Parts: sequence; C-alpha cells; structure tokens
Amino acid sequence: MTETLLFDAALIALILGVTVWTLAVRDTIAAVIGFVVWGLLIAFAWVRLAAVDIALTEVAIGSGVTGMLLLRAGAQARKFDAPVKPVNRTTSIIAGALCGVVFVVLAAVVLLATGPGPTLAPQVAESLPLTGLGNPVTAVLLAYRAFDTLLEKVVLMLALLGVWSVAADRAWGRPPELWTASRRDGVLRFFAQVLAPVGIVFAIYTFWAGADVPGGAFQASAVLAAIWLIVVMAGLARLPATGSPALRLSLVAGAAIFLVVGIAGVHIAGAFLAYPPDFAKALIIAIEAGMVWSVAATLALLVAGPPQAGERR
Amino acid sequence: MSSVANLFVIIAVGIAAMFFLAGTVGLLRFPDTLTRLHALTKADNLGLGFVVLGLMPLVGVFVALKLVCIWLLVLFASATVSQLIARSALRKAGAP
Repeated sequence: MTETLLFDAALIALILGVTVWTLAVRDTIAAVIGFVVWGLLIAFAWVRLAAVDIALTEVAIGSGVTGMLLLRAGAQARKFDAPVKPVNRTTSIIAGALCGVVFVVLAAVVLLATGPGPTLAPQVAESLPLTGLGNPVTAVLLAYRAFDTLLEKVVLMLALLGVWSVAADRAWGRPPELWTASRRDGVLRFFAQVLAPVGIVFAIYTFWAGADVPGGAFQASAVLAAIWLIVVMAGLARLPATGSPALRLSLVAGAAIFLVVGIAGVHIAGAFLAYPPDFAKALIIAIEAGMVWSVAATLALLVAGPPQAGERR
Repeated sequence: MSSVANLFVIIAVGIAAMFFLAGTVGLLRFPDTLTRLHALTKADNLGLGFVVLGLMPLVGVFVALKLVCIWLLVLFASATVSQLIARSALRKAGAP
C-alpha cells in the first residue's frame, strides 16, 4: 500500500513538474517534447487508474500523433518566429485568477462529492454478452455509443479537409511533402524495413485483441499511421497524391461502412446502428476493420500536412 | 516465490536503477551531443535490459517473451534514433 502511494506521489510530482516546465520553456520544439513526455506520464496515471484503453490511446494519439503534428507545426512556425512580446501584467493577473477559479471549482467538485457518481457500468456489464465482445470499452464505442464514434470519424475527415484547405490552389490534389532521408542514408531505411512488418502485425493484433482486452481500432490505426510515416520518411514509399481516387476512397471507407451497417440496421434490427444479435460481433469487427484503414490514412495525412506544389521527385 | 528469486529481482532491478541514474547524470553533465548520446543509449539499453531480466522470475514464459521483444524493439529504435541524431549533430558541426 505504501509503495503504491509512494509511486503515485512521485508520478503526480513528475506530471506537475513536466507541466510547469512545458509551459515555462521558451523554445517551441522543447515545449513539444515536454508535451510528449507529459502525455506518456499521463498514460501512466491512466494505467494506475486501471483505464488501460485510455492509456493506450493517450500514448498513441494524444502523445504520439499529436506530438508529431505539433513538431511539424512548430518547425513551420519557426520560419515566421517573431520575438516573443512580454505579456502585460494585468493580462497575466486576470488569466491567473481565472485559472485559479477553475482549479478551485474543480477541486471542490471532486473533494466535496459524496457517494459514488452516477454510472451506467452495471448495465454495460449486464448486456455485454449481447454484443459478443469481451472488452466493455469497445462495446461502448462500437455498440452503445456507436453514433458518437461514427461522428468522430466524420470529424477526423473534416479536420483533414481543414489541413488540406490551407494548400495553395496550384497544389490542390498534389501529394503532401514530408522530410525524407537522403538516398545514401541506410540507417532509417533499414529501420523502416525491419519495423514495418513488426508494426503491421502489432497493429492487427491490437485491433483484433481490442474485442476482448484493452486495445482497439484507434490505437491500431495510430500504429499503422506511424509505420506508414516512417516508411515514407525512410524513402521506401511516396505519399500518394491527395487527389488520387484510391486515397479518397480509403479516407471515406471507414465512415461509409459504418453508415451502411447503420442504415441496414434500420431494416434488419429496427433502429439506426442497431445490430442483429447473432451478427453483432461480426458486424462490429467489419466496421472496426474499415475504421482502422481510414483512420490510419487520415492520421498519417494529418501529420503529413497540406499538399505542396513543389516539384515531384 | 523463493527468496533466491526475490534476491535476484532486487539485484537486477537495482543494477538497472544504477544504469538509469548513471545515464541521466551523463546526459546532464557530458559536454557535447555525441558523448551525451553515448551516456543515454548505453545506460538506457542496459538499464532496460536489467529491468526486463529482473522481472523474469515474476512472470510466466509468454509475458517474459513479450518483455524481451519490447527490450529488443527499444534497443533497435534507440540505436536508430541515436544514429540519426549523431549524424545531424555532425552535419551541423561541419565535420565529415
């Protein structure tokens, strides 16, 4: 008991320390690295709270994909870096006071709460067998709250459209550009060649195991996206043109399969996104497979950024 | 669990902690990028290796294999990353 308390205290101290450092550090790239480390520590906190699914997502998407996105954005922003203007005192005091109020209210809500909070966990556990799944988190994402998950897919696609829309007119439909190792550089190439098969197997395992144990489509797609980006950066593959029909189809496949199953549910099972009980698991796996493909493509392209008009190599 | 296994765990994880400590000190105290990378990778690889070794008696065969796989992947990734960082540092310094 004391040991875990000691560990938790150290973890919280570390999280707070890294938070302060990340906010205080002046260099953009250093701040991003602080943010990535912070995400990793937060994932440990989730593990300590027995929420392994969230921990995996935090590491893969919150820390990994977002970290890389921020790194690229930071590198872009560096080109236009103006000297940082000191914030005036009144602004800092007001901002500090507002943050303080939020902190106090949140702390009060947590500390003054009595009894267990409202929960639907018993109902979820009770009807879990109907879905054919063993992991309640996956059941919530793909069965009970499938509509939210469907909309998340759409939001991701909209985000990608937002990134693409900052491209110059003449770049529209061209491929995005990513830093690529020089031809003579064998290190990254070898790394990508060895890692790609391992990563693909791991992603498929994460996706498949997600039905019964922590894991799932989102984490699997983050791994796939990372592998794809490494392969591209190693110079083993090129990013596709953003106008290519195959790519566009890949991006919408996940949401499309989801919608088709959802609409079929109206006729077969009596409600939008309802699954007939005998095929629930098969349908969920089918939706998830489409989702992994589309989300992986979307995440990788989000990181790759808007299409560039530069010469095609 | 036998006390021999217990002792083994404590010694191995203790050695691991020493390596991590030494690596961190090296990272903070060494003068340039290359020596800092040296401290970091040596200590991290051996440190993690000893953590994995120390956890062996506590887990089953399959989990032990998984741990070894994790160690190998980290070795591979950190070796690659330090190569890339070292090359970029050399290029910036104007060396060959």
